[in-house]
Amino acid sequence: MAQMTMIQAITDAMRTELKNNENVVVFGEDVGQNGGVFRATEGLQSEFGEDRVFDTPLAESGIGGLAIGLGLTGFRPVMEIQFFGFVFEVMDSVVAQAARMRYRSGGVYHSPITIRSPFGGGVKTPELHADNLEGLVAQAPGIKVVIPSTPYDAKGLLISAIRDNDPVVYLEHMKLYRSFRGEVPEEEYTIEIGKADVKREGKDVSIITYGAMVHSSLKAAEELEKEGISAEVVDLRTVSPLDIDTIIASVEKTGRAIVVQEAQKQAGVGATVVAEINDRAILSLEAPVLRVAAPDTVFPFAAAEDVWLPDYKDIVEKAKTVYNF
Amino acid sequence: MSLIEQVEKQFETFQILTEDGKVVNESAMPELSDEELQELMTRMVYTRIWDQRAISLNRQGRLGFYAPVAGQEASMLGSQYALDKEDWILPGYRDIPQIVFHGLPLYQAFLYSRGHFGGGQIPEGVNVLMPQIIIGAQIVQAAGVGVGLKKKGKKNVAITYTGDGGASQGDFYEGLNFAGAYNAQTIFVVQNNRFAISVPVEKQSAAKTIAQKAVAAGIEGIQVDGMDVLAVYSAVKQARERALNGDGPTLIETLTYRYGPHTMAGDDPTRYRTEDLDSEWTKKDPLVRFRTFLEGKGLWSEEQENKVIDQAKDDIKAAIKKADAAPKQKVTDLIGFMFEELPHNLKEQLEEYKAKESK
Repeated sequence: MAQMTMIQAITDAMRTELKNNENVVVFGEDVGQNGGVFRATEGLQSEFGEDRVFDTPLAESGIGGLAIGLGLTGFRPVMEIQFFGFVFEVMDSVVAQAARMRYRSGGVYHSPITIRSPFGGGVKTPELHADNLEGLVAQAPGIKVVIPSTPYDAKGLLISAIRDNDPVVYLEHMKLYRSFRGEVPEEEYTIEIGKADVKREGKDVSIITYGAMVHSSLKAAEELEKEGISAEVVDLRTVSPLDIDTIIASVEKTGRAIVVQEAQKQAGVGATVVAEINDRAILSLEAPVLRVAAPDTVFPFAAAEDVWLPDYKDIVEKAKTVYNF
Repeated sequence: MSLIEQVEKQFETFQILTEDGKVVNESAMPELSDEELQELMTRMVYTRIWDQRAISLNRQGRLGFYAPVAGQEASMLGSQYALDKEDWILPGYRDIPQIVFHGLPLYQAFLYSRGHFGGGQIPEGVNVLMPQIIIGAQIVQAAGVGVGLKKKGKKNVAITYTGDGGASQGDFYEGLNFAGAYNAQTIFVVQNNRFAISVPVEKQSAAKTIAQKAVAAGIEGIQVDGMDVLAVYSAVKQARERALNGDGPTLIETLTYRYGPHTMAGDDPTRYRTEDLDSEWTKKDPLVRFRTFLEGKGLWSEEQENKVIDQAKDDIKAAIKKADAAPKQKVTDLIGFMFEELPHNLKEQLEEYKAKESK
């Protein structure tokens, strides 16, 4: 099996689907000739031609409209928003237009669009490049929101996203792009959207998380192990729709849970997870479900990221609070 | 002739100085004293040195985010020099030289690069905004500032800058249209450096010039040789007078080139630009051209240039030292900047982080 970084796995998934389906088209700012600012589309234009992998003018709203239009004419668009902090320029296309296409047409039309975008903090990008806006799109009905944490998941989930007949926002945490390699099959495979994955089994406390925080949580679990606390790490992989069965099964097993997100605390994915646990597993709980999240401020400038972002120590502390409740 | 051909014919490049420093447009020569001409050169030389130092500081990991400016000095500094001290500048992320020469202390420009909020704490009396990251956001805001200045009866303009890529954004068209509709005291400068990161201007629009986009908004538009500091100065000066006479906003396209990468964060221009194109543009260099012109008038010497270079180096050293002394940012600082009065969640978090920070 090949060893790939997450970004290589993402490129590989696009290559696989460009080969599989002539209606797949890949586009965005700098994705053609330049291969993307992170090189996620490296080599794809020379392999598949400018007709299928192409640069767009610098206009996110235009990119969104183009994707919807191509979707209506039989294509399977994979559009890139260069940084998810720029999503506001195309928010109407994503959460109002693509998300409502099926409903507005009474099922006649749909939007088989994949919206790929780098997001997340910790890599010291300029202002408004890094952010954790997944909660904004997760709140929009009609869109699926996928966030892989490993190269293996990245490939299987992106292939599923491209094949999906509904709009999928596929968020790529910038810190994970090249931070490690993992085994990725060269052949095609899919991972079902809406299915979480238990990344580490445990019996005392469930750490429910996604994205880069999966790795901080795994590190926290190792620390907790040293103190005799066995933590289970559940990687949501899709934050909308949530995999309720996996979350509830884990909480019923451990009786204690924390939810960890890199995003600000207010009105986020974590809050939804807590609410679902309360709805469905309240009698299994030995302690309140607590959250680890960033403070409710705007995403900070680069020089303040280190002190602002949650880290594994915050997770250890919160897990212990729940364990010792 | 088709309509579009008729329109495009109206947008020939305005130039005063040729590549070899000769005046081709005597009647358009701006009224500038010898000292003012020297000051323009001083600022361009200063900025070229600053750019070189910034690139080197970035490579040493001592600067943070930096978007190189070499090649664009005439476009940036000629346009700013035509402004009044009270005029407003709404810059894009590359337009740091303009706001520094408009009054932002250099060390704050470095703090901005490093991602420190101190970079955005604009001193009183300096009418500039923080460099805009979202492409096009400054353009609609500049229309707003231009309307505000007009409503307040101020004899000042708002000037905003973007690149050729920015002219693709919806906000660009909205800004032009609003400014036209309200007869705003606004000047829009598009520094067409030929590439939106990697995408050439030919692939961004079917229009031959960006200046002609003014036509649809019903405002004045002009294309200027952006390597010619006198032409840029003159175009902005005229646009300013027009705005203050109540004759409306102007779109100015400056034809220029960035010699360096888009930013210092991993962009590699050899992936999308040819050496031939690079050398075609370095021949048009704004400093070389203006130096030749000034030398011909006996207004510039190597000695003067060296003095400017030394001054720039000293200033940069001092500014970096001052930036180094800025206090480390804390989460409690950030919380404090969120609202005039903190809501309960932030009050709670403020206490939480105070405790954390005092550990």
